[in-house]
Amino acid sequence: MRNRRKFTEITLYLLPALLVIGFVYFFPLIKVFQYSFMRIKGTSFKYIGLTNYINIFNNPKFIEGLKNNFILLISVPIILILAIFFAILLYERMGGWKLYRFTLFLPYILAIPVVGVVFGYIFQLNGILNFFLEKLGLQFLINDWFGSSKFAIWTLMFVIMWKELGFSIVLIFARLLSVNQELYEAAEIDGASWLKKHIYITIPQCISVISFLSVILIITMFAWVFNYVYTLTRGGPGNSTMVSEFYIFETAFRDYNQGTGSAAAVILFLIMIVLIIAYTKTFRREEVDQ
Amino acid sequence: MASKKFQMKKNYPALVSRQIMMGFLVVLSLFPVFFMVNTALKSREDYILNRFGFPHGIAWGNFREVFLGKSFSTWFLNSVILTVISVLFTLVIALLAAFALSRYKFRMREGILNFVISLMMIPPVIMIIPLFIFMSNVKLTNSYIGINLIYSGLLLPFSIYLLTTFFRSIPQSIIESAYIDGCSSIRILRNILIPMSMPPIMTLIVINALWVWNELLLALVFLQKDQFKTLMTGITVFKSRYNVNIPLTMMGLVIITIPMIIIYFLAQKYFIRGLVSGSLKE
Repeated sequence: MRNRRKFTEITLYLLPALLVIGFVYFFPLIKVFQYSFMRIKGTSFKYIGLTNYINIFNNPKFIEGLKNNFILLISVPIILILAIFFAILLYERMGGWKLYRFTLFLPYILAIPVVGVVFGYIFQLNGILNFFLEKLGLQFLINDWFGSSKFAIWTLMFVIMWKELGFSIVLIFARLLSVNQELYEAAEIDGASWLKKHIYITIPQCISVISFLSVILIITMFAWVFNYVYTLTRGGPGNSTMVSEFYIFETAFRDYNQGTGSAAAVILFLIMIVLIIAYTKTFRREEVDQ
Repeated sequence: MASKKFQMKKNYPALVSRQIMMGFLVVLSLFPVFFMVNTALKSREDYILNRFGFPHGIAWGNFREVFLGKSFSTWFLNSVILTVISVLFTLVIALLAAFALSRYKFRMREGILNFVISLMMIPPVIMIIPLFIFMSNVKLTNSYIGINLIYSGLLLPFSIYLLTTFFRSIPQSIIESAYIDGCSSIRILRNILIPMSMPPIMTLIVINALWVWNELLLALVFLQKDQFKTLMTGITVFKSRYNVNIPLTMMGLVIITIPMIIIYFLAQKYFIRGLVSGSLKE
């Protein structure tokens, strides 16, 4: 009797969450597989086998998109190294660290579309960056930062790094606060240099948060850069800043080709599964560590 | 914790080079914000003659012009409505689920929790096509209901995770004595657990509100009619509308950003705690 009541209660408490999650995650994840084998035109759905997959892998736009996702991964080690370095500076209580912590985190608060529009103006051909470069006599550095297909992806990467760095700094800093002070004191007594101290103490102590951040950042570069691309470049010039998310969006909602869009979504999903497995592994390790 | 003990010995070249590096990063972080505000305060004439200098006199008129401009106040209101409803709806559902996942013992309990956590990182772009086809069929595009449901679904995994770990840290004895006093489970949740959980609840409200306010992709796809657009989708319309009057665009961006900055100032503590607890338990 008591057991049945317990079961009813658990079900009632969990049901709303499971229904909403089922609707937003499970149902679409099943459907997207099904749609990826279909041609969808308005209300007509027709199975066409693997055609969508063959099409996307022969489509330079999709291939460029995936390639650019991989190029963006270059920013991951750069963000991590910068974040570790600046987190250490904050941790060692350099003058004004509280103010610095606040300002370094500011980019993270701003909405990506806002950041996108502002950087769009900054990097314009007649924008303020080129204006400064000219004033400083650095004409040779002047570029159409988002307008040239050679530079656009790197400029985009810079904006993403600008936005993401603060979060990594704050996380590593938070971890550093719980590192045992005696480790550093002992190292100082032994006469270890600043660099050695951090290579042999800080990095091993923070390794779990660093690996966690790596996975998060890799996932970001694959699947959370739509907002930047949409507000800054729309994939152009040419396909030079195309990414898989933007390809899915364009194919499904600009070209109304939802079957092909679904096939691309399935490919992205398969990549995500691998990353998410890595994520849950680091995530659980994190909990054990603390 | 890290106290005075830890200060560097007076090594001036090192101190100065640190300040220079940190100063560089701070300038880099602040510059776009400064540029946005600086441009937003210029009048049109001022901007044409003096694009990159400081404004000559502050053009407060820009603020009024943006707010009274076509649709801006509608978009603003839409963003507020969507944010409030999604955040509250998510919170209620997540509280109930976290209660079940922390206060009852049953098979699959850890399985459900871990599974929900792993959903946290699946980007909405993967689900967006089936969701759009479904919502079109039931005529829920361009409505608050459809997109609220989707937002809540996407916010639930993190919300459930955060509340469950907090609920589990509350001593069982408190709950048990309430049971003995004959409290029903829903009263235990309402009268004991929720009042004790205000810090994580605040964290969730702040983080989820920021997320919904800043969301672009789903808003673009599901709210295409002008009267339903949010500020984030509005930005892009706005940018092309005021193409010749960049100070107005920038003023629009400033207005969009202000609520977030206020929330950050008021709830900085909750905010950072939430982000940190998303990755490691404090």
